[in-house]
Amino acid sequence: MGVIRHGEFVLRVDPVQCDGFGHCHELAPDLVDIDEWGYPIIRREPTPLADHQSLRSARYAVRGCPRQALHIERVEAPAVPPRRA
Amino acid sequence: MRPGTLPRLLYGTPNRPASYAEHVATFGDLTARADLLDELGRAGLTGRGGAAFPTATKARFIRDQRGHRKFVVVNAMEGEPASHKDALLLATNPHLVLDGAESLARAVGARDVVVAVARDRTTTVEQVTRALTERPDRGIDLELQTPPGRYVAGEESALVHWLDNNESLPQYRAHRPVVLRLEKHPVLLDNCETVAHVGLIARYGADWFASVGAPGQPGSALVSVSGAVEHPTVLEVALGTPLAQILAAAKADPSPRAVLLGGYGGTWLAARDLAVAYDLRSLAERGATPGAGVVVVVGRASCGIRETQRIVAWMANESARQCGPCAFGLPAIAQDLARLRDGGGDARDARRRLEQRCGVIEGRGACRHPDGVVRMVRTALAAFAEDVADHEAGRPCAGARAGATVASVPRLEHERELVWE
Repeated sequence: MGVIRHGEFVLRVDPVQCDGFGHCHELAPDLVDIDEWGYPIIRREPTPLADHQSLRSARYAVRGCPRQALHIERVEAPAVPPRRA
Repeated sequence: MRPGTLPRLLYGTPNRPASYAEHVATFGDLTARADLLDELGRAGLTGRGGAAFPTATKARFIRDQRGHRKFVVVNAMEGEPASHKDALLLATNPHLVLDGAESLARAVGARDVVVAVARDRTTTVEQVTRALTERPDRGIDLELQTPPGRYVAGEESALVHWLDNNESLPQYRAHRPVVLRLEKHPVLLDNCETVAHVGLIARYGADWFASVGAPGQPGSALVSVSGAVEHPTVLEVALGTPLAQILAAAKADPSPRAVLLGGYGGTWLAARDLAVAYDLRSLAERGATPGAGVVVVVGRASCGIRETQRIVAWMANESARQCGPCAFGLPAIAQDLARLRDGGGDARDARRRLEQRCGVIEGRGACRHPDGVVRMVRTALAAFAEDVADHEAGRPCAGARAGATVASVPRLEHERELVWE
């Protein structure tokens, strides 16, 4: 925390673990949509790690999942500027 | 075996397994070759189980894994009800498959080979058992295993999980490629037909393999043709053979309504698209793949929507019910298709819902089972577009209510009857 984070993240759901409680949709409505049977539809586009609001709600969703089916996964941003030449 | 001739895999008498002596007399002795994987790469052999992944790449990937013990699994589960190629192959040249498996095992550094045949295919199980007993020991441990005959039990992760943990359930893999593991040891899993091709390439080499087939698409493939044909058959064809020629060889309905390609999770090709060569590249231009070599012909007397509905209803029942989108989504799709089949007031809504649900379900299972069904339904709506319009307008075709159904769909078992162990 407090570190400027480069790169992006996506939420990933383990569909086998998921039982459709729907907590993730409540906790991170911007990142998780829900289908007609109550199972999460995760937004596919990565979110920048610098987006603190989204990252925080993603963390809430991960912790709030009763089945522990959610994970935050870091994806490398396509063009990470080198720190120093 | 002379180059440029067919059949190769099915050489001999169909449905009479060649004994080991006969096998050696026809194909010659198998000598271990050190450069097998390079030869496979040069031959351009791709997997025949459906994904058409380059066999050499996969084998190298497993060879480069660390581990003092490795396994080779031959997938002869053949869960597609319309596919009979692996059963026929094992009933004709079982030792060719075992040769290929042994060669692959040597090439990747494995000492154990497992041949997996669904336990309800009793004849095949007997034939493989006999082949295994009459085969001389050559330093590789060969073993037959019989998982339950579920559709998804032949999915690679489900099969390995059954071998490991006695449960035929597909596993969630967050990242691919993934190394499948049996007792924590790396597993090379290949389709039965692929392995038989390896048995031939190990003997005769890549140039011989490419003496048949289209440029860039070498070799032959087994095709199970069923549906509106005189007799359902398995043919061995050179890749690049015109599809029309395959249909003619199987004595199919001369003016079919459409053809289902690849398997029950495959693609429908409308009658106007049938002038195509049977190989990966040509079929990809039509959005199709050879898949597991299944061709189901639907004639004018049948209703494509009804066939699709029957297949989807069965596929929905074969879901392992692990993932919500598959467990709930596929039955919902089957229901929508039934409404569309019956025509009338709900048909238009059903069609709209179908398209929306297909988009929602896709890509959200642990395995590709739901994706296959979605692909099949989407291409059905395109291939039978005129019929769909008629059904929506309340004029279901004659075949929708009565008439012959052509796709072979097993009896729907009750959820409690489904055996996963």
